[in-house]
Amino acid sequence: MIINRIRMTDIVVCTIAAILMLLCLIPFLHVVAVSFSNSALATAGKITFIPRGFTLVAYDYLLSQIVFWKAMFVSVERVLLGGSLNLLLTILIAYPLSKENKQLHLRTFYVWIFAFTMLFSGGLIPWYMLIHKLGLMDSIWALVLPSAVPVFNVIVLLNFFRQTPKELEESALIDGAGHLRILVSIYLPLALPSLATITLFSLVGHWNSWFDGLVLMNSPQNYPLQTYLQTVIVQMDTSRLSTLDAEQFALLSDKTIKAAQIIVGSLPIIMVYPFLQKYFVKGLVIGSVKG
Amino acid sequence: MFKSFVKREAPLHLMLIPGLALVVIFSYLPMAGIVIAFQDFIPAKGLFGNQKWVGIENFIYVADLPSTMKVVMNTLQIAIMKIVSNLLVQIAVALILNELLFARFKKFVQTIIYMPHFLSWIIISGMLVDILSPSGGIVNRLIVALGFEPIFFLGSNAWFPYILVLSEVWKGFGFGSIIFLAAITGIDPQLYEAARVDGASRLRQIWHITLPGIRMIIVLMCVLSLGSILNAGFDQVFNLYSPIVYDSGDIIDTMVYRMGVLDAQFGVATAVGLFQSLVSFILISIAYYLAYRLADYRIF
Repeated sequence: MIINRIRMTDIVVCTIAAILMLLCLIPFLHVVAVSFSNSALATAGKITFIPRGFTLVAYDYLLSQIVFWKAMFVSVERVLLGGSLNLLLTILIAYPLSKENKQLHLRTFYVWIFAFTMLFSGGLIPWYMLIHKLGLMDSIWALVLPSAVPVFNVIVLLNFFRQTPKELEESALIDGAGHLRILVSIYLPLALPSLATITLFSLVGHWNSWFDGLVLMNSPQNYPLQTYLQTVIVQMDTSRLSTLDAEQFALLSDKTIKAAQIIVGSLPIIMVYPFLQKYFVKGLVIGSVKG
Repeated sequence: MFKSFVKREAPLHLMLIPGLALVVIFSYLPMAGIVIAFQDFIPAKGLFGNQKWVGIENFIYVADLPSTMKVVMNTLQIAIMKIVSNLLVQIAVALILNELLFARFKKFVQTIIYMPHFLSWIIISGMLVDILSPSGGIVNRLIVALGFEPIFFLGSNAWFPYILVLSEVWKGFGFGSIIFLAAITGIDPQLYEAARVDGASRLRQIWHITLPGIRMIIVLMCVLSLGSILNAGFDQVFNLYSPIVYDSGDIIDTMVYRMGVLDAQFGVATAVGLFQSLVSFILISIAYYLAYRLADYRIF
């Protein structure tokens, strides 16, 4: 692109864009710097954006903590299990619901059953009691089953399926294909951008989830990563981490180690989302705004 | 005839069964638990135990609590501030992004500004507590260097709500600008051409073409956000608040959490939850109806 001259507006706009980027990065850069710094300097508040007294001690210690790895393992388990369950269910529900009323009787009724759950809920207490009654407490299923049907994602995929040309389905039907075949061979390959979007949302949702881990897991051994981080970084509630001794706990709350935990807790998502950027940008717009 | 039904439709119904089962179990069964709101619920007796029915006593109890009014006002104030700020900032950012002509730079900027959206509130709270710390946090170090006294942001009732709003805007502005940017790109370029020929400056073009052009989307987003007026952001508030800022920062969800999970006052907590769900339901329904009428918006 050839620029004849650089106008004032271009400079202003670029400057604002740069400021916006900095605003997003600064807190992160600061925490990274603290995590690589000398602990005494960090506690004394002497670190801004560059590590001082560069050391890997914080990460070294963190990566040797079983408590941390246990929580990481629970999170990975939940992301894989929950993510696949979400994807499978979203596809299984969005496909039939994308059909017209003629092809699927009671379609409107079904859609309302799912959509209504986005409008009204029983609240925290009944939800908690139900999961307790089902005997799911302290099990990975408590983290995975209640949110197994992501209705918002279903609607995004549903709208996407509806935009697929009907001719493809019709010709497949004429050739004698059953619905499963049509879904797998025609709709899914075409829906990859949308599937990428909803998968990203689902993975991020599971990875960042912490509250269900807090109230549904009685034993801290079963905490997913964000719940564990919550107890160490935010809550600092010694009663919940009785598996640690006082010294371990004091160390885990140390500024540089907290910083290291923050970095490790956010790194997976940060490394993944840029690659799916073009998908979720398109997927968001298609799924939510029409015309 | 029946055979054709079985081949054509039955698979579709079958596909829906797992989803329906899960939704009925985890979304509809808890709705039945709403009855707890009308009972003097003693957890030890169990869900179907002999609980005492007290009618609307739980609701009256909460309404009479001295802090309830403040909590509701906090919720509304914080939620409304967030909705307005989010809208203004996201539109402004979309306008700025639209002016970036280098595609690669634009995409790079977008990648960076999407980041906060993907971080959990635990992570962000951890960062904020450190950055806003009155003794050594980088913000206060700057304030002190400029000659002022350090401010205990997260412990001051004057500052706390604004910290909530600002951090939420920070977290969501990048991702939230996507919708507005997409709407802006849908405006007919010929309109800009005509304006340029008439000698309109870029600013005038934005005011007379871009903003009116995305009017529908703005209305839509405003209307849709009506439904979340009672939702001031539990994840965020819970991880940033402390008893010293209850006066300005306690919201309905945090109150319900303390009553229900910490104090085990199940009946009362469910009553407040029910109230919140009902009001939200009415607001969301109105919001969707308005969106349908004003902007022809249909979710499915």
